[in-house]
Amino acid sequence: MNNIYVYIFIMFAVTYLIRLLPLTLIRKKITNKTLRSFLFYVPYVTLSVMTFPAILEATNSFWSGLLALVSGIALAYFGVSLFGVAVCSCAVVFITELIIKYI
Amino acid sequence: MNNSKWYKKGIIDGIPIALGYFAVSFTLGIVAAKAGLTAFQALIATGLTNASAGGYAGFEIIAEGGGYIAMAVSQLIVNARYLLMSASLSQKLAPDTSVLNRALVAFDVTDEIFGISIAVNGRLNPFYNYGAMTVAIPGWALGAFFGVIMGDILPGSLVSALSVGLYGMFLAIIIPPARKNRVIAFLVTVSMILSFAFSKLPLLSEISSGVRVIILTVAISFAAAILFPIEEEADE
Repeated sequence: MNNIYVYIFIMFAVTYLIRLLPLTLIRKKITNKTLRSFLFYVPYVTLSVMTFPAILEATNSFWSGLLALVSGIALAYFGVSLFGVAVCSCAVVFITELIIKYI
Repeated sequence: MNNSKWYKKGIIDGIPIALGYFAVSFTLGIVAAKAGLTAFQALIATGLTNASAGGYAGFEIIAEGGGYIAMAVSQLIVNARYLLMSASLSQKLAPDTSVLNRALVAFDVTDEIFGISIAVNGRLNPFYNYGAMTVAIPGWALGAFFGVIMGDILPGSLVSALSVGLYGMFLAIIIPPARKNRVIAFLVTVSMILSFAFSKLPLLSEISSGVRVIILTVAISFAAAILFPIEEEADE
C-alpha cells in the first residue's frame, strides 16, 4: 500500500514545476512548431479521453450518464458557461434517475 | 492602477470562478473519497494542485494503487497544458517581474485564471492574480473538503447526480473550441472513440485507466501535431 501523502506530494511537485519553470525560465516564445502544436492539442485530447466512456459509468444508471453526456455537449455547444454546464449535467442525471425509478 | 487596486479587481473577477470551483471540486471530493482520501487529505491535495483534470487523474491512480512513477507521469501529461499557459503568461508579465512574483503567479495557473489573466489590458500585474487566487483557491479546496464529508451523508441519487459535474466542466472546456476548429472537433471524436475501444477491447482493457489516459493523450496529440501543425500563434 503506497502512502497517500507521498502521492499528494508528487501531484503537487509535478503540477507546480510544470507551471513554475516556463514562467521563470522561458521569456521567449516557444518556436518549435511540433512542440507548440503538441501542447496546443493536449488539453482537448486528454479531457476527451477522461470524459468518455467514464461518464457512462459514473452514475447509477447508464441512461442518466448518456443523457448527461448528450445534454452537456449540447449546452457547451451553445455557449453555456463552465459552471452552467456542470450544474445542468447534474440536474439531468438527478431527474433521469428519478423518472427511471417510477417507470 | 496600483497593486492594491489590481488586487481588488482580481478578487472581484475571481468570485464567479470561486463559486464554480466550489461546485465542481465538490464532485472531485466525491472521487477523492472513493479513492480512500480523508477530507483533510482532499483539502491539501486540491489546495496544493488547483487542477481539475490533474486531481481527477491523480485520485484515479490512488484508487488503483498505482505506482509513484505512474502518478508523476500522469500529472505531467494531464497538466501539460499549463506548460503552454505559463509560457504564454511569462510574455504577459513585465520583463522585470521578480522571480518571487513569477513563482507565486505560477502556483495557480488554471484554465480559468489563465483566461482572465490573458484578457487583462496591457501588462499583467501579479497582484491581479493574487486577488483571484485569494478567492479561487479556498473555493477549490473547500469544495473538495465538503465533497468528501457530504458525499457520505447525501443520498445515493444526489451523489450519482453530482458525480457528473466534473465531466460537465470538461465538456464545457473542449466543446466550444471544437465548434470553431474542425481539427479539434475531429480530435475530440477520435479521442472518445479510442478511449471507448481501449476500455472495452480484450487485452487493451487490462490497461489501467490512468495509464490509458497517458498513452492515448501522448499518441493522439503527437499524431495531431505532425498531421495538423499549428501555423500561427495558438495562444488563446
